[in-house]
Amino acid sequence: MEVIDLATTGLRDLNATLQAAARERGNAAYTIENPRGAHALAVGLDGPLDVTVKGSTGYYCAGMNKAASIRVTGSAGPGVAENMMSGTVTIEGDASQYAGATGRGGLLVIKGNASSRCGISMKGIDIVVHGSIGHMAAFMAQRGNLVVLGDAGDALGDSIYEAQLFVRGRVASLGADCEEKEMRPEHLDLLRDLLARAGADARPEEFRRYGSARRLYNFHIDHADAY
Amino acid sequence: MDRTPMTDPRQSWTFSREVNAEIRRAAATGIYDIRGGGAKRRVPHFDDLLFLGASMSRYPLEGYRERCDTSVVLGTRFAKKPIELKIPITIAGMSFGALSAHAKEALGRGATLAGTSTTTGDGGMTEEERGHSEKLVYQYLPSRYGMNPDDLRRCDAIEIVVGQGAKPGGGGMLLGQKITERVAGMRDLPVGIDQRSACRHPDWTGPDDLEIKILELREITGWEKPIYIKVGGARPYFDTALAVKAGADVVVLDGMQGGTAATQDVFIENVGQPTLACIRPAVQALQDLGLHREVQLIVSGGIRTGADVAKALALGADAVSIGTAALVALGDNDPHWEDEYRKLGSTYGAYDDWHEGRDPAGITTQDPALMARLDPVAGGRRLRNYLNVMTLECQTIARACGKSHVHNLEPEDLCALTMEAAAMAQVPLAGTNWYPGKPGF
Repeated sequence: MEVIDLATTGLRDLNATLQAAARERGNAAYTIENPRGAHALAVGLDGPLDVTVKGSTGYYCAGMNKAASIRVTGSAGPGVAENMMSGTVTIEGDASQYAGATGRGGLLVIKGNASSRCGISMKGIDIVVHGSIGHMAAFMAQRGNLVVLGDAGDALGDSIYEAQLFVRGRVASLGADCEEKEMRPEHLDLLRDLLARAGADARPEEFRRYGSARRLYNFHIDHADAY
Repeated sequence: MDRTPMTDPRQSWTFSREVNAEIRRAAATGIYDIRGGGAKRRVPHFDDLLFLGASMSRYPLEGYRERCDTSVVLGTRFAKKPIELKIPITIAGMSFGALSAHAKEALGRGATLAGTSTTTGDGGMTEEERGHSEKLVYQYLPSRYGMNPDDLRRCDAIEIVVGQGAKPGGGGMLLGQKITERVAGMRDLPVGIDQRSACRHPDWTGPDDLEIKILELREITGWEKPIYIKVGGARPYFDTALAVKAGADVVVLDGMQGGTAATQDVFIENVGQPTLACIRPAVQALQDLGLHREVQLIVSGGIRTGADVAKALALGADAVSIGTAALVALGDNDPHWEDEYRKLGSTYGAYDDWHEGRDPAGITTQDPALMARLDPVAGGRRLRNYLNVMTLECQTIARACGKSHVHNLEPEDLCALTMEAAAMAQVPLAGTNWYPGKPGF
């Protein structure tokens, strides 16, 4: 286990070290101490590295992650795991806005709550939030799965494409073209697997599924009020 | 003579035949007109400026003999690997999806042959484009279609698109007929649906956030790549200043004549400022910050000739970018296809329904039969020739003004033909030493 102290190491050195280790030292483990809300921590990793950030992070922690496993013991600022390609990112605390934005793969687990626009424009990532999420989650979400054990704020899934949303608690309101969907056996299986991988204590049967009504997929003037 | 003299039938200027036709079209269909390209209305432009040339007080350089350099280096502020170009004319971002793969390949080939860069677009990076572009700028757009760290690392520069001259404040729409399996796959969307490109970035909301976003992109790419920020011609002084504040190496400024793949005609014609009106405020912002030439300025929107290039540079730009003109060089709107343009209800020179995917020239389409009409090798040669001609024209003017490098052109070399152009370019009206707003008058 390598330890890097951000109190004495610069951001560029930290990321360069982690990026090189991800490429060249498969499955090595690193602990980052004293993050103190620094931005762009552990970004652009491209390999099976194991990183633990002891504390809270600023913007874009774990951005564009590929294959690495990154755990933040505190909370994460805006855009955590943005555009993640693969691997796992776990936030023990809360996450600010845009968590998992445009993510294309991998698993993002938020053990606390997530703020607004969680999963915005997601393109294949799986996101599991143990707590609740704010407004405009999964806006223009294209692919992937968003699982929320708590409640969801206003305009969930506005202008959603083919992503699937699973919410156990209350949904304040659904956004344009988002509707509740039938929960079929394959969805329960998918949810069971996601919950298990995210270490979430919940039963798939407790959730409701939401997705695109596909009414806005092709422009039609009679739908102008919805745009 | 038994006929009473009659007043000639008089068409209304306000309700012209063209205006009335659009009213009838709107009444029949219930939807606004969507089209490609940039503003078609007449606006003050580079045509309204002239170079003064050498005289008793200015010595010219000998054409064909004395050297007039055209090289430009972009990204010298922070990037470890700035882009070095042989000519100050780059190819603007245009998406695979809006354009065919052959067209993207031709743009890459032409740019490379001419010693300049080309740019991806909304839809990601294709192998055709990367493989044939020696220098490729990778656009970072609100949609993030196809965005991935591997392409970020294999590009030569990153262009964060905040706005576009044709539609400052607007997103985009690629209609379903152009969303083939390949296009849909690159964008993580179903085949055949209308694909919206967002107007705002999903994970930052202002210049303070953008500064951190740029930090992230630099960290991911090892601080090697120049970071451009592209803005539409809306508030060029403040947009430029804020782009610089956010950490841009290069500012790309796109006026309202700059093209788009598909947007509402009302948007294209009524939002944004002419390119000519944008340059001086942007240069002023850079000068006020003490960063003119350290942060490079690329101007686009309606650049057609070497004279346009020379005028943009004289007003303070470091380089220009072309999109529509490059497509015309490839064969867009060519009279060769006039019969087919007629069948589509248009005519060569006016065809702008690029979003429909039925382009007879095979450029703005994903139809395999139409695509095959564009030979990317021949298209690349045509673009190379055109870029070379523009460069020669620009050098011809620069030599006539006594400049050994095209970047030595300056506002003092210019005069304006109209009051509007004089005011926008802040150069004297021809025959005077005055322009509207000039201090001291």
